[in-house]
Amino acid sequence: MSKFLLRPGVQWLLVLLLLASRSAGPLYAQVPSPRDAAFLATLGQLRDASFPDKDNIVEQIARSGHPNVEAVLTAFLQDRLYFRNQDQKIFLLKPGEDEDASTYDLIDPITLQSAGSASSDGFTKIITNNHLRRVLQETLARFRLSSTDAAVRMKAVRDMERNLSDANAQLLQERSGVETNPEVKKEIGIALALAALNSPDAQARLSAVSTLRHSLRQNVLNRLDDLVQKSPDGSFAESDAGVRQAAADAVISIGRWRTFYSGIQTLFFGLSLGSVLVLIAIGLAITFGVMGVINMAHGELMMLGAYTTYVVQVAMPGHPETSILVAIPAAFLVAALAGILIERTVIRFLYGRPLETLLATFGVSLILQQLVRSIFTALNRSVATPDWMSGTLQLNDALSITYNRLYIVIFTLLVFGALLVVLKRTRLGLEIRAVSQNRSMAKAMGIRSEWVDALTFGLGSGIAGVAGVALSQLTNVNPNLGQSYIIDSFMVVVFGGVGNLWGAMVGGMSMGVVNELLEPYSGAVLAKIFVLVALILFIQSRPRGLFPPTGRASDNQ
Amino acid sequence: MGKNMLWISAWKDKGSRWFLGALALLFIAAPILNQLVPASSAFHLSTYGLTLIGKYLCYALLALTIDLIWGYCGILSLGHAAFFALGGYAMGMYLMREIGPRGVYGNPILPDFMVFLNWKSLPWFWHGFNHFWFAVIMIMLVPAALAFVFGWLAFRSRVTGVYLSIITQALTYALMLAFFRNDMGFGGNNGFTDFKDILGFDLHSDRVHVALLMITAIVLAVSYLMCRAIVESRAGRVLRAIRDAESRTRFLGYRVESYKLWVFVFSAILAGIAGALYVPQIGIINPSEFSPINSIEAVVWVAVGGRGTLYGAAAGAVLVNYAKTYFTTAIPEAWYYALGALFVLVTLFLPSGIIGLVRSRTNKQKGLRMQSDKGERPIE
Repeated sequence: MSKFLLRPGVQWLLVLLLLASRSAGPLYAQVPSPRDAAFLATLGQLRDASFPDKDNIVEQIARSGHPNVEAVLTAFLQDRLYFRNQDQKIFLLKPGEDEDASTYDLIDPITLQSAGSASSDGFTKIITNNHLRRVLQETLARFRLSSTDAAVRMKAVRDMERNLSDANAQLLQERSGVETNPEVKKEIGIALALAALNSPDAQARLSAVSTLRHSLRQNVLNRLDDLVQKSPDGSFAESDAGVRQAAADAVISIGRWRTFYSGIQTLFFGLSLGSVLVLIAIGLAITFGVMGVINMAHGELMMLGAYTTYVVQVAMPGHPETSILVAIPAAFLVAALAGILIERTVIRFLYGRPLETLLATFGVSLILQQLVRSIFTALNRSVATPDWMSGTLQLNDALSITYNRLYIVIFTLLVFGALLVVLKRTRLGLEIRAVSQNRSMAKAMGIRSEWVDALTFGLGSGIAGVAGVALSQLTNVNPNLGQSYIIDSFMVVVFGGVGNLWGAMVGGMSMGVVNELLEPYSGAVLAKIFVLVALILFIQSRPRGLFPPTGRASDNQ
Repeated sequence: MGKNMLWISAWKDKGSRWFLGALALLFIAAPILNQLVPASSAFHLSTYGLTLIGKYLCYALLALTIDLIWGYCGILSLGHAAFFALGGYAMGMYLMREIGPRGVYGNPILPDFMVFLNWKSLPWFWHGFNHFWFAVIMIMLVPAALAFVFGWLAFRSRVTGVYLSIITQALTYALMLAFFRNDMGFGGNNGFTDFKDILGFDLHSDRVHVALLMITAIVLAVSYLMCRAIVESRAGRVLRAIRDAESRTRFLGYRVESYKLWVFVFSAILAGIAGALYVPQIGIINPSEFSPINSIEAVVWVAVGGRGTLYGAAAGAVLVNYAKTYFTTAIPEAWYYALGALFVLVTLFLPSGIIGLVRSRTNKQKGLRMQSDKGERPIE
């Protein structure tokens, strides 16, 4: 029977017959390609095969080159391979399906799509035994190890690391000879070294330890740590004192590196948190520092930037990748225009009266908030993160960095750099600095100080808008967005010293880092409280911040 | 300056006369309108009305304390609601202990939220709050202590102007975050509520509300007279000098930081008392009272009323809050527009507030020069 079926011609006949008899059936609505048909036929043999035959069939399936080999063999290993009694057709059960359930959710072995569900009475499981399962495991492992995709091979090695049987070690040994990808080869080396720790030969164990000490992985650390542990009866898991010593050294070394990298990670988290503060604070540093205006509406200008991002994204459906780039100049413009409007209608009447400005701009902030609430409602609006900003950058086993944090740091540096250039290298920057240092003298030199005021305020506000674009990637966009950051960023400006961009930079970054450093010990809220209290105390010793304004400008506080 | 003289000087001042007169009228009218006038009458003052007026008076007291330091000494605190809330929390702790075994969980010692958090014993700082006298001391002592430490640090190192405003804001913000934490032992998010009675008097009865309102009116009047006494004394003149020209006052040999510190502490104590009177009338205290926006709003009441007049601040508090009550029930969306516009318009067009407007009108009629606007800007 089986021989008869194996002949290709007969297989075709069978398929055609089936097609003819069930042409209305949904599963055969498409004519299967020859490869699919062959694959199905091989699978079909499993039904009546003896256990030794099944070994061979598994081998055949693995060699068939069909894309679904892995899915089908995995299902077989997990007892999820069934045939339908009425037509002998093979199906996969959905992963996690209860074997005793009254209905089965089925998966078609060719399309791997759902094939509906049916009563479990009409199905029979293709059974396995211990030997067959071992064969399946090995076959699967070998199959994955010889995949053309390096990522699949990598994952296979990692999976085998968790179950380092002799057979697996053997497979890895074979693979390590032919593996070309350096990453995978390194991973195989680690896996083999882990396996070698079980070797009876002390020399082999020693060399395994020396290979492993360069890894940073938690599981390696645990495994080596096990070797050093003393069991309650006084004996060691590792009998050889030399290996034990080497393992102990390796544990210390790995631990040290891991601590080092986690320190870097904390530092990076702190810097990325600080970047947000810096981004907000440099806008403030311009309006608050250069112009002596406390702009309580700064947070709301940021919120306008975030909403602009949202609107741009809605206006460009299907292009989240580019809309964020469009949003940056758009948000700058929207916020800058809003800022100039505020300056022309309110703030210019209040120069030299900082406390009044504070109240008036607070009023403006309430109006802006309510305006946004009236237009967009108070609901959270979420801005999609483009693909190139999501995911993590895995630098090594102990250090990974999320892209969005990385981009925020880079973005902040870019904005900061651009602002420095504007202030130091352009005509506008020169005029801004001149007016902030000595207004009457600047006027005498022919600078239209009113005009410069408006543009300065616009610049500071525009940067708030740009900060809003960054914030839209971190949190939900809602009318209260501005309020949650504004106090922190005022702190940054006060800490750094008014009107000093570098002060805002150093202040923001150090506040971010201190916050992150404290967080593991005290929790997020307490960390924030500590930072605030520390800042209140810091102000005592340096009432004008880290970089106090000097010279003439410092006289008119 | 003796008490008698103060009365006389307060009576000579038209604004004080109006203010104290209004309080006296309220003191007499509120119990009559609530207790004697039948509920069916149009003149009946409902419980809601009582609570509302009580709230306004507490806010007026808070505004008074801000005007004392801002209007007369140039210290713009954007965290004064913190002292108000601390006083409120101290009162709340007493009221919580007063509930006793009548809580939901029926624990005779522990307030409900502690039972809920599975705490076994009372934290140390809750001891003593079962006595009213202890709570009263704490209502004044806690804000005073905080104001003293904070003010001592800030004024000694000459943190002034906007820097001071911003760190006071940081102070109240930090306190808000701290009080939001459950393990602080102050009820976390929910704060304290469901109070039963005060000194054995049922907090749900109208009579107690009337009494609380009358007490608030008396406290407000007395506080007003005390503030008036301070600003009209020699020290008050120094305070104004500090406001107008701090360095010059220092060079004249006055210890500017001591003057500032004491007036700041005194102001904080009064703010604490205002908070303590607020809590039993409103029936709840939670960490949102610490939120910076509350402090800023309170500053705006003062600005709207007219700073540097004391009664103007109180009037501003009542007016703005009345407007708030009206708007938030009638046209809720418009409230923030109205409040925002108020901030802007008052600072732009009414630098000395409504009182300044009224005064300049009357002064013009009498052909006098307006005086209140002096000292708006430092001469330095």
